[in-house]
Formats: sequence, structure tokens, C-alpha cells
Amino acid sequence: MISVTLNGETLEFDLDPDTPLLWVLRDHLGLTGTKYGCGEGECGACIVHLDDKPVNACITPLSEASGRSVKTIEGLSPDGRHPLQLAWIIEEVPQCGYCQSGQLMTAAALLATHPRPTDAQIETAMSEVICRCGSYNRIRRAILRASNPEAQNG
Amino acid sequence: MADSDAQLRLSRRALLRVAAASGGGLALGILFPAQAETSAPDQPQQDDGPETLAPNAWIRIHRDGGIQLVVARSEMGQGVTTSLAMLLAEELEVGLDQIRVEQAPVDAAYINHLLGEQATGESTSIRDAWLVLREAGAVARQLLITAAAAIWSVPESRCEARRGVIHLLDDQRSLSYAELAATAAKLPLPALPALKPSGTWSLIGTTQRRIDAPDKVLGAARFGLDVRLPEMLYASIARCDLIGGHITNWRENATRAIPGVLNVFAVRYGIAVIAESSWAALRGRETLEITTRPSTNLAADTQRIRNRLRIALKGRAAVAYKKGDVSAALNASPHQIESIYEVPFQAHACMEPMNCTADVRRDHCDLYVPTQSQARARATAQRITGLPADRIAVHTTFLGNGFERRREQDFIVDAVELSKELKRPVQVIWTREDDLRHDFFRPMSLHRLRGGIDAEGRLTAWFHRVAGPSVLARIAPDQITNGVDPFMMAGATDLPYSVAHRRVEYRRADTPVPIGLWPGGGQGHNIFATECFLDELAHIAGKDPLQLRRDHLTDRPRLLNLLNRAAEEADWDNPPAPGRGRGIALMEAFGSLIAAIAEVSIEETKVRVRRVICAVDCGQAVNPEIVRAQIESGIAFGLTSALKGEITLTKGRVDQSTLRDYPLLKANEMPDVTIHLVKSDAEPGGVSGLASPLMAPAVANALFSLTGEPVRSLPIRLG
Ligand code: FES
Ligand code: FES
Repeated sequence: MISVTLNGETLEFDLDPDTPLLWVLRDHLGLTGTKYGCGEGECGACIVHLDDKPVNACITPLSEASGRSVKTIEGLSPDGRHPLQLAWIIEEVPQCGYCQSGQLMTAAALLATHPRPTDAQIETAMSEVICRCGSYNRIRRAILRASNPEAQNG
Repeated sequence: MADSDAQLRLSRRALLRVAAASGGGLALGILFPAQAETSAPDQPQQDDGPETLAPNAWIRIHRDGGIQLVVARSEMGQGVTTSLAMLLAEELEVGLDQIRVEQAPVDAAYINHLLGEQATGESTSIRDAWLVLREAGAVARQLLITAAAAIWSVPESRCEARRGVIHLLDDQRSLSYAELAATAAKLPLPALPALKPSGTWSLIGTTQRRIDAPDKVLGAARFGLDVRLPEMLYASIARCDLIGGHITNWRENATRAIPGVLNVFAVRYGIAVIAESSWAALRGRETLEITTRPSTNLAADTQRIRNRLRIALKGRAAVAYKKGDVSAALNASPHQIESIYEVPFQAHACMEPMNCTADVRRDHCDLYVPTQSQARARATAQRITGLPADRIAVHTTFLGNGFERRREQDFIVDAVELSKELKRPVQVIWTREDDLRHDFFRPMSLHRLRGGIDAEGRLTAWFHRVAGPSVLARIAPDQITNGVDPFMMAGATDLPYSVAHRRVEYRRADTPVPIGLWPGGGQGHNIFATECFLDELAHIAGKDPLQLRRDHLTDRPRLLNLLNRAAEEADWDNPPAPGRGRGIALMEAFGSLIAAIAEVSIEETKVRVRRVICAVDCGQAVNPEIVRAQIESGIAFGLTSALKGEITLTKGRVDQSTLRDYPLLKANEMPDVTIHLVKSDAEPGGVSGLASPLMAPAVANALFSLTGEPVRSLPIRLG
């Protein structure tokens, strides 16, 4: 049995410990917000938080999450009103939307460590997640908006 | 619209249920969080009783107040869910906050007249819908007004529709659409009512927030791979990696030993591994030992194809356009040059790999699929199952990119065949490697251009030959006339510059590599060649590339105006900062016009695109912010194909299989973007992929100005 705290709930898993977290979420829990894009840690569509740090769920085995805490897009906020989620809507970030869970989780981890990130910090952090729709400049604006309390609801 | 609280509650409930049932294993049949109450694309769920006003295929007004609008184009990021709903809502006189959008089933009513079938692509959605959807909205509005006027016994001219309510003018009385639905449903359809004059629009031309955004920031939007059905199995198919080759044998012992793997068998496109979970299917497929036999024809090799296309640049060819006498004019020109440009095979690389879920039963079939072509999807299922068309339902999910790749049928064949065989719902998952290796690639093409320019810098002659495989020969052979494939020639035949003597030719040179449509169309390869060649001619004549373009656009005022706007915005008259170069490209396509200027620098050995300035005239912009997003999207797609990966083949095998060897543009490579949207009341043009073809030539021209070395092949490599 592998015990993982997922979005605040403690779950027990009787699964092959090598199963990538991505597929535990998607297939076994039906939490399909975390996406499969490459399965090799290259695209970032699958990024979730493992003890508050962004990891590629596609190459993180379940065993690595044992006794730790995992947060997915479904658990990013209790009410869908994380400052980033609000800013994402205001800046019209999502296009096809496929990469956006990975983008949001990466941005959320960035803001957790750097509440007022510089352009360079944003660029470095966000270059881990590919957006084939090219929403990058909107993502940057949305992060700046979310990290600036005065601009948040503007 | 999505109720985010309800979704979150649902997803937590789903989670709790698993926690309760924990002990691991397979938790099948968990309700997808969004399934119950969002705009997750599906068929309209409410039945149309006699109480429902359903005057056409797009509008359902229910007695309980629900207003459903049906969107019959696939949402792949281009914003159709919002912009098509806006066209309906404008004339229906409802706000986007009052409606619920549903994805259309397959039906003749939903045909895209520009594509001749129910399909989404080639930047046609808005152009096709512009009249049709506004008329559909207006008819419904008219019925509601007629119903209200009858109830109140007043002339219709005293009734006014506003935000889902008919108001009686100079009176307190009003009736909501819900209250009027049953009465209006009994009325005969009116003659076509007049459309609202543009001055009275409340939605068209305004920025309305995207309807699909709330679901997409919650992770609740349902894509193809997110479909979860009771009893559903997962499948991965090992394909033959040799183009034209065959799988002759395979060993499956190791595969069958993997927990969760249920079955292994051969299907049309390879060896399928069926499993209880995605992971088991993918892992099982990894362990298959496959023996292949190459095709006897080893021509699927980039070097051999290049040689073949080089040969095709000479000799006979089909004439796509001819004016004057090019040979004579070339000979008479004081300066004449020839250049050859090359565009490689490239992969679409949709973020969501190809996939499809099929549920084939004895008497019906359901497809849950991110497809750009519902009509073809149904036809594919019909062919394989033998079921009549009305027993096949196509449920279109959100698409994690489309890029014309999802017009194809291969992933649908996979799922339908497997579900038919297994008599259970099956989700077929392509890996990234499958997706990159087994694409219908952007065609490779070679271009020979010859041009003459006189002492005053006037173009005197222009010759352009395109050599490459025919894309339409497979997809739409009836569109090929006199040996000319209009897809391959788009942007070349219709060169916007006026030149007295011009000849454009196509030499079809098919290759054994599967090829298909590409966002931005054939302009993607042709505009690269023509706009770069123009700068080479300007260079020879010692002319400013902007001025050369201006001088030859005097009879194209709309395009000339746009070029000037872009130049102004980029401050073209003043030189760029040291170490930077600027390049221009422009184009007219899909009923829209665009001019772009790229500013680049070289960092160490890498091209860095610092800034892209676009001036866009797409006629009436339905939703300006979505137009901007589409231009940004085209810039990213175009820069990726200009600077990043190429698909090469060695002895029948695609060399690239991961995002390491086929890289895509990342955040730190995205330039600053300035978009100048020209106000226009012309009919709307398409904007999907519009900026894409201009990126390669604009960047190439910028580099040429910086280094003095012309760029003639893609992706751009320095030195
Ligand atoms: S799916 Fe994990 S990085 Fe691409
Ligand atoms: S929004 Fe489509 S890939 Fe990022």
C-alpha cells in the first residue's frame, strides 16, 4: 500500500509502485485535468506539485509520492478562484487549453517561492511547459497580474 | 457556462468516492468531474418537446429558461465556441452569460460550405458562418417577437428584443424568451428577417471573454484523452516504422505478462495492445518485439527526395499562371538572379497526441473524438461497422490542437476497429512517438525563382516553379486542374505584386512520404520563397525592401495601407538597434490581409527573434481579442516551423521521435508581439494560421539584412 496525500485527502494505493503518477491520476482516479503530452518529461503538460514543487507526473513513479503530498489542477484552489486562475481568464490565456493545467501548476509553484517574480524568473520557470498555441505572452501578463495585488481584479 | 463551484464540489466528490473504494486497482466509471454540468462538448442533452423553440439546427429555447446554442465547428483553440455563439447571440438578442453552448452532432445542416462537408479547418469557420448563423439568430428573434405581439395584440413594431426578453415599447409589459418559447414554437417560420445593422451590434466587434476559458483553467475541459466510459479499455498500437514496410512477426510473451494487459492482436495499422489502463497499454506496447520488412521501395529518404525534387525544378511543368513573356523580359533585364529555396517535411505535433474513443455495439456506434471532420468520422465508422449513418453518433470533444492533422481518419479507424472486435468501448492512445512518426507531414518542396529588376528598381520579370508532392491528390483530387494542385500553389499563383511578365509553374513530384494539409496553407512554403526572393532582388538593385514592396503594390491599396501601418509601428525609417536586423513579409489569404515585421538578433550561434509587429486587416473582427490571440498563435506556430524542427527520413524511417529531436518553441523563445488591427467593415476573413506563413520569410529577411547572407532553407540554421 502506498499512501499519498492528494489535494488534501489521504489515499491508499495498491498499485505497481512504478506506475507514473500521471496515469494514477488519469486512469485510476479519473482526475484528467493533468495531461499527457509526451510521457518523457519534455512538454510539461503533466506538471503537478509534489510537496509544493513542480514535477512532471509522467516520469514520477507513484513510489516517489509515497508519504508525500501531491496537488493537481483540480486541487489548485478550493473554488476555482486562485489568483492565477482569475488572471488566466482576464488575460484570455487558454486557447486549445491542453497545456494550461501544466502552465497553471508551474506558475503557482513559481509564485509560491517568488511572490513577485521578475520577467527573467517567469521566463525560466515557464520555459518548462510547451504551449503549441503560443499563449506565452499572455501567460507572462497573467502571472504579473496575479502577483500584483493591485492589478488582480482589474 | 461553467459553474466552477459545482465542478470543484463534483471533483472532490469523485475523489472521495475513490478514497472510500480505495484498495487500488481499477476504479472504472468514475464520473468525469465536468461531465454533469458544464459545456463539455456532447450532444444537446435536452429533448426538443413541443414546448421548445427550435427553429433551426443552432438554437434551442426551453420553457425552463435554458437557451442552448449549438456550435458545429471543433474548438481547437481558435475560439469558435465563443465567436460562433456571438454571431447567433447577436441576432437572437441574448448575452453570452445567458446561454449554454453545445457541440453539434453530425447533420447535413452543419455543413461548412467552404469545405463542402461538416468540418473545421483552413480558416473557414467565421467566413462560412457569418451570414448563416446571424440569419439563424434573426429567425428565432422574429418568431419570439411575433409570439409576443400576438399575445399582447399589438403590432410587432412595438415589440423589442433585449437580453432574452421581449419588451413592449412605452409599456411596462415584457415576456421572457422562456415564457414565449411554446407559443413561438407553434408559429410558421418567417421570411428571412432583416439582419441588425452594424451600428446596433452589441456583441460583434467587442471583446467577449472566451466561453471555454473557465473550464480550461479548472482542468475540467474534456479533451479526447479525457473520455472515461464504463467498461472502457485502453489500447496502444505498435505501427511499422518503415514507410511502406510491413510488420512480419511479433513476440508478445513479455507484453502479456504485464499486469493489466488483456490482449494483443494485429489490426489494420499494426499490433494492438489492449489493457485496463493507459499505462499498461503503453508499457505493454513497449515490450512487443516486432520484426519488420522494409518496403522494396527505399525512396523514403530525405537525400533521395531532395535529389528528385532538384531534378523536378528543371524540365516540363504545369503552368499555374502566365502573363507576358518572362524569358524575353528576363533577358532584357539589367539585373537578373535565380535562387532556390527549400522547405522541409515537418510534423504537426499537436499537444494532445492523436486519439479516439469508440463504442461499437450491435446496433449503434458512439465516437468520442477530437476531430476536425465529423462527417468523415461518421463515414469512417460506417464503413468499418456497416451500420447505417443514423446509428452512428459523433461526440466531438475539445481538441488539444488540430492543425489540420485532425481532419485525418487514421486514429478513428484504430478505435472503431478495436471496439468492434472487443465489443467494449476502447480508447486508442497514440504516444508522442507515434504522433511524430506517423503524421501526414507538411510536404517538402523546392522552389526555383528567377527575377529581373531594372535600373529604377522595378520588377520586370518573375518566374517561380514549385516542385513537390501533391497534397490534394489524396485528399481532394477533383481540385487538381491541368496538373496544378491549388494547395501547393496557394500564395505563389496569386503573388500580390504587379509584375508585367510573370510565370508560375507546378511540377508534381510525389514522394513516398504521407503528407497532408498544413495550417496557413500552401502559403507556408510559397510565401517563404517569394518574400525572401523579393529581398534578394531588392538587395541586387540596392533598394529598400519596404520601398520595393510599396512600389509594386500601387494597385493593392488595402495591402499597401497595411504594409505602411506595420512599417510605422516598427519605426522602419530609423535603423534598428545595433546588432539587430529587421525583415518584412506580407500576404493576402483566407479573405484577410497581413503584414509582419520581425526584429532579430544573433546570440552566440542562435537566432533570437526579439519582436514581431503585425498589421492585420481581417475585415470585421467578430471578437478582436480572439483575433489577436489567433495572430499570436500563428506567430508561435510559424516561428516553430521557421526555427525549430524538421522531419528527415533515412532509408524509409522518420529520424525524429521525441520533442528533443523535434523541438517546439518555448516561452523563452517567444518574441514581444505588437498587433495592429485595422478597423474595417468588410466581411470577416479567416485568421487561423494567418500569421504563420510570414514568420519564416520575415525572420529570414531580418537575418539577411543583419548578416548579408540570404537564407534559403528551413528550418533556419546559422553558418
Ligand atoms: S507528458 Fe509529462 S512532460 Fe510531457
Ligand atoms: S493553449 Fe493550446 S497548447 Fe497551450
